[in-house]
Amino acid sequence: MSNSPSTLFDKVWDSHVVRKIQDGPDVFFIDRHFIHEVTSPVAFLGLETRGLKVMFPEKTFATADHNTPTINQHLPVEDPLSAKQLKALETNSAKYGISHWGLGNPKNGIVHVVGPENGITLPGMTIVCGDSHTSTHGAFGAIAFGIGTSEVEMVLSSQCIMQPKPKKMRINVNGTLNKGVTPKDVILYIISKLSAAGATGYFVEYAGEVFENMSMEGRMTVCNMSIEMGARGGMIAPDETTFNYIKGREKAPKGEAWERDLAYWKTLKTDEGASFDIEYSYDASDIEPMITFGTNPGMGIGISQHIPVSAETGSGKSSYEKSLNYMGFHEDDAMLGKKVDYVFIGSCTNGRIEDFRAFASIIKGRKKADNVTAWIVPGSHIVEQQIKEEGILDILTEAGFQLRQPGCSACLAMNDDKIPAGKYAVSTSNRNFEGRQGPGARTMLASPLVAAAAAVTGVVTDPRELL
Amino acid sequence: MAYDKFTILTSSAVPMPIENVDTDQIIPARFLKATERKGFGDNLFRDWRYNSDNTPKQDFILNNPIYSGKILVAGKNFGSGSSREHAAWAIYDYGFRCVVSSFFADIFKGNALNIGILPVQVSPEFLDRIFSAIEADPHTELEINLPQQSITILATGESASFDINGYKKDNMTNGYDDIDYLQAMKEEIQAFASKSLY
Ligand code: SF4
Repeated sequence: MSNSPSTLFDKVWDSHVVRKIQDGPDVFFIDRHFIHEVTSPVAFLGLETRGLKVMFPEKTFATADHNTPTINQHLPVEDPLSAKQLKALETNSAKYGISHWGLGNPKNGIVHVVGPENGITLPGMTIVCGDSHTSTHGAFGAIAFGIGTSEVEMVLSSQCIMQPKPKKMRINVNGTLNKGVTPKDVILYIISKLSAAGATGYFVEYAGEVFENMSMEGRMTVCNMSIEMGARGGMIAPDETTFNYIKGREKAPKGEAWERDLAYWKTLKTDEGASFDIEYSYDASDIEPMITFGTNPGMGIGISQHIPVSAETGSGKSSYEKSLNYMGFHEDDAMLGKKVDYVFIGSCTNGRIEDFRAFASIIKGRKKADNVTAWIVPGSHIVEQQIKEEGILDILTEAGFQLRQPGCSACLAMNDDKIPAGKYAVSTSNRNFEGRQGPGARTMLASPLVAAAAAVTGVVTDPRELL
Repeated sequence: MAYDKFTILTSSAVPMPIENVDTDQIIPARFLKATERKGFGDNLFRDWRYNSDNTPKQDFILNNPIYSGKILVAGKNFGSGSSREHAAWAIYDYGFRCVVSSFFADIFKGNALNIGILPVQVSPEFLDRIFSAIEADPHTELEINLPQQSITILATGESASFDINGYKKDNMTNGYDDIDYLQAMKEEIQAFASKSLY
């Protein structure tokens, strides 16, 4: 067994199977578990009802992010229901001995931003959270995916979940990315090729020069959106870029432990000749800055293109029309020049320091367009701090933008950051579903560069013209 | 222990021939603020079902009294998007026990099975037959037979089989859940954990 070539995914998965159930799922061991205020309260309630304890409290980490306000975080949370969920997270964490980074804690932020930046996420781990974008952590060569609340209860009470092993897909992108093309464009391009359901049932490994040359921030953006094509998760083999990122972070292994772990991490790659159930390859030079025009993330096109006519798409005509109607768009419309009312930069997809650097590179020396309301929301307090230290805040202020406080914010609009009905938003988040950013809100997903170009011109604009 | 046993379900069905119904539509995020699992059915498909002034939208299927039943029949890629189990709770709480589609998103499928909703995946052709049968007669009944893994349109006798793994099938028919199973193997898990790197 050990001699036959195996994939990165197999290596990590197989080493975490506690028991195989005949004609059933694997009992799968979880190394790290993240919880937040929205999907955990009912799981804790379940524990109480059954009289169960948390088996390994030191393997679970709690942060408040989904419904937290992004201004005046020092004041009590106004919405009583949100306040109650935040309180429940705090009380449950204290009761069961789970470390909790609540509102106001300097390490607080979006769960998929704070895990990596504090060295909790490591290669070869299995990581779950009651949030589908847990796939983000796959950027480190971990198997990471989102789970439901019943499974949160399973992990708390037994550190395991029941999972059938997914099939394996590899996506190769080779060549060099064109100017103005970011990791977000790479993943939006892949999803547009495979569709919003194209990878359902699979776990993806991203391979090839484009990912090898990508920063950890970029790899996280890519893995983050794996779920948007239906995949359970996505991962990238760890390399020197990964090790350099982890080294020295607060919870990362130190000294001898570092050497021991590093030796193991270096074995975490797909062997030559290992097989996948399916494989796709794309050429980096075909990718241009992307934008979505519809109501699922598979409905994306190059920014200079026109909206496809329904016959050219794989989806049913009525669903396609419903989607365009919602957006107020028509077949064959050009995307360039479309009016933009709101710009949102942030979320676990594009709320890291590199994203704000990219945004600032276009904003610098320009002014916010008058018709645009911009919400600029760092992924964590650590990112917020970096924005200030690197002088990005000054660039933003000069151009007429304000920086908000960290949280999920308009990515899912559970707090007050809701795009009003009928308004158009260019958003660096991950979902353009109907009403995702507020009832009736119309979302166009794009990179931080496209968001910046829209923020200063007030319309959908090709960022390459401003670089 | 968490839900009713599921063996044979005979019921009329509610047709929703829309593709890519994501969990943000099933239950919008602003209704996820509960700390208990109660009352989610009221907000099932909230923004498709109600206008912003909370009056029902007449053209939405759940507001049409002709259609009712414990089975929801939906277009392909049902339950995509967010992992929120609240989506499955809302469907269960509203009164559905089974969702039929030609394709399900992974996380939704797992969540549904975990709380006692049976996801039945049929071919696109059979799905069309069901939609036509309901169109012909809104009261037409479907029979979902879990032990035999079959779904039948009673009016026409047309039948198809569906897949479910043996473990989940046992759980559903007995009303057990995964937590019961895992609690029974704690020692094995403890031993595994003591050898793990992290
Ligand atoms: S930023 Fe959005 S996608 Fe990410 S964890 Fe928060 S709500 Fe989920």
